[in-house]
Amino acid sequence: MLQRFVNTSNAMSPSVPLQEMIRAIRSARTQCEERGVIQRECAAIRAQFRQADNGGRSHNLAKLLYVHMLGYPAHFGQMECVRMIASPRYSEKRVGYLGAMMLLDEKQDASLLITNSIKNDLSHSNQYVQSLALCTLACMGSAEMCRDLAPEIDRLLRASNSYIKKKAALCAVHIVRKVHDLGELFAPAARSLLAEKNHGVLHGAVVLITELCERNPETLERFRKTVPDLVQIMKGLVISGYSPEHDVAGISDPFLQVRILRLLRILGRNNEAASDAMNDLLAQVATNTDSTKTVGNAVLYETVLTVLDIKSESGLRVLAVNILGRFLLNNDRNIRYIAMTSLQRIVGTDHNAVQRHRGTIVDCLKDQDASVKRRALELSLALVSATNIRSMMKELLLFLSSCPLELRAQAASGIFNAAERYAPSQRWHIDTILHVLTTAGGDVRDETVPNLIQLITNTSELHCYTVHKLYRALLSDISQQSLVQVACWCIGEYGDLLLRGECQETEPVQVTEDDVLDALETVLQSHMSAPATRGFALTATMKLSTRITDNVDRIRSIVSIYGSCIDVELQQRAVEYNALFKKYDHMRAAVLERMPVIEKNSPGHTNGESTREAVKEVQPAKVKQAETLLPQQPASQVCDLLDLLGGSEEPLQPNPAVGSTLPVLPVSTSSTAGGDLLDLLGGLEPTPLTPAPTVTVYEKGGVTLTLSSEKQSDSGLTVTLTACNSTDSDISSFTLQAAVPKSVQLHMKAPSGDSLPARGAAKVTQMVALSNPNKVNLKMRIRISYTSQGSAFQDTVQVDSFPEH
Amino acid sequence: MIRFLLLFSRQGKLRLQKWFTPLTDREKKKVIRDMTMLVLPRPPRSSNFVQWRDLKIVYKRYASLYFCAGLEQHDNELLALEVLHRYVELLDKYFGNVCELDIIFNFEKAYFILDEFLMGGEILETSKLAVGATMEEADTLQETMEEYMSKPAY
Repeated sequence: MLQRFVNTSNAMSPSVPLQEMIRAIRSARTQCEERGVIQRECAAIRAQFRQADNGGRSHNLAKLLYVHMLGYPAHFGQMECVRMIASPRYSEKRVGYLGAMMLLDEKQDASLLITNSIKNDLSHSNQYVQSLALCTLACMGSAEMCRDLAPEIDRLLRASNSYIKKKAALCAVHIVRKVHDLGELFAPAARSLLAEKNHGVLHGAVVLITELCERNPETLERFRKTVPDLVQIMKGLVISGYSPEHDVAGISDPFLQVRILRLLRILGRNNEAASDAMNDLLAQVATNTDSTKTVGNAVLYETVLTVLDIKSESGLRVLAVNILGRFLLNNDRNIRYIAMTSLQRIVGTDHNAVQRHRGTIVDCLKDQDASVKRRALELSLALVSATNIRSMMKELLLFLSSCPLELRAQAASGIFNAAERYAPSQRWHIDTILHVLTTAGGDVRDETVPNLIQLITNTSELHCYTVHKLYRALLSDISQQSLVQVACWCIGEYGDLLLRGECQETEPVQVTEDDVLDALETVLQSHMSAPATRGFALTATMKLSTRITDNVDRIRSIVSIYGSCIDVELQQRAVEYNALFKKYDHMRAAVLERMPVIEKNSPGHTNGESTREAVKEVQPAKVKQAETLLPQQPASQVCDLLDLLGGSEEPLQPNPAVGSTLPVLPVSTSSTAGGDLLDLLGGLEPTPLTPAPTVTVYEKGGVTLTLSSEKQSDSGLTVTLTACNSTDSDISSFTLQAAVPKSVQLHMKAPSGDSLPARGAAKVTQMVALSNPNKVNLKMRIRISYTSQGSAFQDTVQVDSFPEH
Repeated sequence: MIRFLLLFSRQGKLRLQKWFTPLTDREKKKVIRDMTMLVLPRPPRSSNFVQWRDLKIVYKRYASLYFCAGLEQHDNELLALEVLHRYVELLDKYFGNVCELDIIFNFEKAYFILDEFLMGGEILETSKLAVGATMEEADTLQETMEEYMSKPAY
């Protein structure tokens, strides 16, 4: 007997049939062979299960469990587990319960069948049988089973040996997680367990109390009284008593210490008295714990988390942050990693303390380890402030150029946010964004392009600089779509600045018109360009037609070529631009002139988005209008337009208002945009397009003044005056004044300009809003004054009749 | 709490799986696949912590086996490393210089040891000696009963 015991105490009694099968499976050379072996074995096992009680039941189930672990189906073993659990033999129970934990979970119906067995085994005379039941209940007990057996567990918590008590405690934890209300049941027993000496039981008690306090604030209040007891236990672990069985590298039971620290954290949170009671202890642990090994650092880590979460003294807080600072310098990557995680949590509340370690954190950006890099990035972005923006940005941009792919998008958007909040100058801001676009253009968000364009438009003094930089960037690389889109847009807008060949901020390029057009054409033709990008390029080319002088024909030919492009978007644009050249050439200058400053929308509502919405709404209605050239143009839209040019509030309403399409990117192209564009032309130039009749009211000395009117309402009338200069010399300071009968109200809107270039190159328009509530006979006297060739002129004309619309 | 504990070889073969929350078979397979893909390609001197979904994954390689645990956000990762280490020590004590083959051929014993060390995703016993002692007694009980019934265990 004794011999046998000696042998078996090495626990090496092999399970021969099981091990034979394992050997057979492992020696299979192919997957197919393995499947064959397993199928045979499973068939044998199934046959055995069907037989009545035989001696080798447990070895069959063990085999099945092995097969299950390899990933093969084993559900036919579930009932066998139930039977084995009910067996009186310990060996069979052991494997049966193991099988239950592996094959049954609360979702299976069969799991309910073992409830009774568990109940019986919980009161078994042998503690190892009890232990099996407790373990299984804690592993896969469903809510009903938990409710059923909770009183039994409570009984075991109070009156049994340490071995069972510790298991009952963790079983209770599982029950509370499944059925929150049962927490109340276990609270008293949990309280009394704190007096135990056995570490296992203590640990279980602390875990149970933690669970109860986290779930129920009232329970938390009651357990605050245990703080002194917990402090006492900790002190015992930290100071006195070397217990070899609990010692890990000089720390006495670090597992228990960490759990107590966590419980103290929960109890001390938001409570001055409790925090005070634990202050000394925390200071002691923080200073005395040996930090050369991981285990000591685990305890220090938990201590730091606790100190930072409770209402601790400032001295203690500083100590905690310094520990984290020391962690940052530790050779062990794991320590650096968790230091940064913790600093991340407190960067909001203890910002200055964390700032002190900024240098080390930034260094961690260069760490080899991906996890450390990620943490360092998050923390660095959180530490950016107005004072350190320049140096931080240098580091972040450096990081961006070499960072792993999965972090690029996060880094790029973090940099944009930081740049937006703390940019020391506009030029720096633009440079930063350009830098990001060149390094990580493919990973930026979609709104970057409109946001950047808006930023550029608003920085008028840097237009020359920006277009130069973008042109250079375009020449070197056309693969980054965002960058190319912005570059095309800028070249289209500010191409004249590029061609001028002078720039204050940077080395100017000496380019010819052909060079610029070459660059745009390269983008147009490249297979790397996305359709949206090509749209940008085409529109930019078109815009240049008013900014260059010699190569307009080249532009004309480009535009006409794309009139038969396969891409419908491009074709649409090309056809419209063609029309602009052919039929509306006189309007081309006005249509393609410089964009006004874009008003910044409310957050989350970018220009691009609103336009897309607007265009989508309009699309079904206006599709037919693609080529119509005589649209019905309500005067209100014309008013909106002139308001826009006058620089008033942005008219980006979600209606197909013409004004809304103009200042926004041509990204949202559709037939409607084209249609709207021509509508716009119709609105801008009352003659000869609109059906509203115009009358020439004044013609003298080369100056022609025409008038058209449109009825707004019963008593409202909008009059549009257009002036033109057909002499050979320019006219400046051109102003109009108007007078009307007394009962009529008059409101003159701002004129489009005050200079009339020679030979009718451009016109001046001015709108006058009249209100005639008494419906008197409408008359208007207009005074014209201007300067030509150095001398001032003035004249008056009376208008007696208005052409009715 | 620990949500799961997995042991797998360098080739990704599963040697032990312990789940502390109920998951369907499909979900379990997905987690296993994700873990092997997450952990195996990592270079040797990386940190032992990885963020995965809403869990913190702590893993450590011992010879040819990867020990991989999934923790919740408030758990202490450094302590989890100690937990993994303690489990390896317990296996080592029990099997005497444990190697992967021991765990393959005696997988049920590995589970029994684990069940004496962890329960419900929490640490059950913090003493190095207690687990070993309990295992001895339980094995003896098994053998005794078998001896009594005069039939081999399995």
